[in-house]
Amino acid sequence: MSNAADTPVLRARGLRKAYGKGEGLVRAVDGVDLDIAAGETVAIMGPSGCGKSTLLHLLGGLDRPSAGEVLLHGRRIDDISEKALARMRRTAVGFVFQSFHLMEELTAIENVELSALLAGRSPRAARRRAADLLDQVGLADRARFLPAALSGGQRQRVAVARALSNEPLVVLADEPTGNLDSAATLDVLQLFESLHKSGQTLVIVTHDARIAATADRLISMRDGVFVDETRLTGGTTGQLGALAGLED
Amino acid sequence: MGRIVLVCRLAVRDLRRRRTEAVLLLLAVMAATTTLTLGLVLRDAASTPYQNTRAATNGPDVVAGAWRSSELFALEELAGAPGVTDHSGPYPVIAAKLQAAGRTSDVQVMGRDAAPARVDQPELVHGAWVSDGGAVVEAAFATAFGVRVGDAVTLNGRPFRVAGVAVTAAMPPYPESSCLVRTGCINGPMPDGEDLPAALLHNPGLVWLTQADVRSLAPDPDAVSYVMNLKLADPQQAQAFSDTDHGYGGAARIQSWPEILAEATVLARDSQILLLIGAWLLGLLAVAGLSVLVGGRIADQTRRVGLLKAAGGTPSLVAAVLLAEYVLVAVIAAAAGLAVGSLAAPLLAESSAGLIGSAGTPSITMSTIGVVTAVAVAVAVVATAVPAVRAARSSTVNALNDSPRPPRRIGWLIAISARLPVPMLLAVRIAARRPRRIVLGVVSIAVTVSGVYVLLVLDAFLTTQPLAGGYGEAQVAVLRHILLVWTVILLSLAAVNAIVITWATVLDNRHSSALARALGATPREVSTALAAAQVLPALAGALVGAFAGGFALFGAINAITGGDRDRATLPSLWQLLVVVLATVVMVAVLTAVPALLGGRRTVTETLQAELA
Repeated sequence: MSNAADTPVLRARGLRKAYGKGEGLVRAVDGVDLDIAAGETVAIMGPSGCGKSTLLHLLGGLDRPSAGEVLLHGRRIDDISEKALARMRRTAVGFVFQSFHLMEELTAIENVELSALLAGRSPRAARRRAADLLDQVGLADRARFLPAALSGGQRQRVAVARALSNEPLVVLADEPTGNLDSAATLDVLQLFESLHKSGQTLVIVTHDARIAATADRLISMRDGVFVDETRLTGGTTGQLGALAGLED
Repeated sequence: MGRIVLVCRLAVRDLRRRRTEAVLLLLAVMAATTTLTLGLVLRDAASTPYQNTRAATNGPDVVAGAWRSSELFALEELAGAPGVTDHSGPYPVIAAKLQAAGRTSDVQVMGRDAAPARVDQPELVHGAWVSDGGAVVEAAFATAFGVRVGDAVTLNGRPFRVAGVAVTAAMPPYPESSCLVRTGCINGPMPDGEDLPAALLHNPGLVWLTQADVRSLAPDPDAVSYVMNLKLADPQQAQAFSDTDHGYGGAARIQSWPEILAEATVLARDSQILLLIGAWLLGLLAVAGLSVLVGGRIADQTRRVGLLKAAGGTPSLVAAVLLAEYVLVAVIAAAAGLAVGSLAAPLLAESSAGLIGSAGTPSITMSTIGVVTAVAVAVAVVATAVPAVRAARSSTVNALNDSPRPPRRIGWLIAISARLPVPMLLAVRIAARRPRRIVLGVVSIAVTVSGVYVLLVLDAFLTTQPLAGGYGEAQVAVLRHILLVWTVILLSLAAVNAIVITWATVLDNRHSSALARALGATPREVSTALAAAQVLPALAGALVGAFAGGFALFGAINAITGGDRDRATLPSLWQLLVVVLATVVMVAVLTAVPALLGGRRTVTETLQAELA
């Protein structure tokens, strides 16, 4: 008999996504099965174009599969309306993108509170939550800076804070360090580390082995399918920088 | 030389590459140039029939009148004055009541010889010249009063038959008729609250009878006034002759042919003023629409600008390429506007009833061509200058990377928007990103609604006050045509502007809309926000136009025309509220499709595009 604790936060069955038709048919995701447990950090690795980002978009309801099912906390999300999907994203999913996708005209704190405002929180509560999150990611003193005045690493930390704004069930990160230098990458890795410790469920798409080494589970992907899956021993807690080769 | 060829080649290639936008640009400028052309050629178009009539009737250079027989000596002496080469008359004139088919009108009845006169022989349009018992009616009056050859009429109760309908250049056509009788005349509406003499003629028409018939109709010899038509050796000296004191103690009143021409073309003048004001309004609308269109186009050309600069193009060359494109469109639009305007002018010119010849043979003068072309080019330059200079000054590296222009930040609006429902939150922030575009949207709607306000006033004026301003039914119809042209072009251009501005907003907000959806905004909320970002400025523009702009514009028209503002019925509060509401609804409808498309774009493709 199963209970809520056993239910995977995210489950995919027979997930497929194809583009084009006939000879031009491209199978970006070709029959993926996946279970992600609560509090787990999963890294998905693979070469460019193997379907990692497409899979992440399907898992987060940004795109719809050609076939298969996606269940978020036991509820199917691949066949619900756009409106229901949007509502689901507000409360249950946080996204972190490679190119940050911050609103250039909004300050750091305004960017972070945006998700909460869209979810209908009061301006005061949204602002308080955003301030707490910026404090958590070490940017309390940069709250009123515009993105243009922040470094790459700081922008990505703002994006992570925004993803956490509505206390999502799962955070989906798409190449979160792809645009960062080594020092900024270390900042973001440490941030994910603290999220992992706090029990936040994380799915990280990357082709950076150093990021993958921080996960509980590493999935390798090629040509739209999973080709390997390795369970790591509780990530690299406490040794992150040394293992990743980012510190002397 | 090579540079000029390069600039022209790049401009033409880009126009051919984006034909739909080029056509929209062309139409927007053409609307303004066509209206301007109409305004400029209309006066010439209206004066031609008068000149035709003057030539066909051997019209007088000067018309002189005497109130009574004791003043006839003055007319006789004038006939022999220096510079006078010929004359006809003096002819007797009396005031009378004309009745036909149950209708009554004041008329001035002039006695003429059955034989043709050397000066001012009215040209018959229909029927025959005067004979005993046979009346000839001035053509514009005959049209307005609805009488035709063969109809039975009475003059002061005595029966006559309409023998003919004729035109003359010795006085302006009905209802602008000169007053030839001592009792006095008033053209146009009766002034309120003034105790006017009962004998005063109101909008009198002109009827010709034989001299014998006129004298027999006169109740007494003292009721007869006289009129004489004079030819001068130099017709250009007519005004000077009229202004000269000939020393008869005011016994002779003199009117020159230029004065008659001015009165005959009063409608054309009013029409011209309306069209010229319309042209300026449309010019403003064209600038507003073009600025957004051009801004959007240039934003799409960022990479091209970067390539040009990387290949060695100076900022001035880049600006020249961008400007050349739009100046070329403006020149084509000016040519098209001149052609369409001159062809359409006859449809709006005064009815030729009362004068000979169609009013539809306007001549395009060099000054008209110059003014229209200059305005078109100015519209294009004003609309293009800011984005072109901005593009020319942009960083080459950023341009090559196709980096979008960073949005503006308006902190207080962002703070206020946090307290609003999600669609309004997004709408306010969308609006705040591009304040210049919002200002253009507000101006566009304010100009349109101001125009609508004036249209309402003029329409009410023409509906509630027949013969207002001295206009007859035919002339009211002409003015209504002009108002219709105004309305159609104004609303069409405003509609194009609303769609263009929305589409530019949708394109500019592709990324932020996709991001909002990734963060949980629904497609509907994003679509609503995109539409509301247009509707809010439209509401502001409509309020400004309805409650300030329209009144100011109407005041300006009155100041220019010397009109009487008190005589006009201003729109009521409920009419203005309906206009505001209708504007908002129309803008919402027009922006719905682009906003819906904008709200339903694929999130992942848009966000991924930034990585490409």
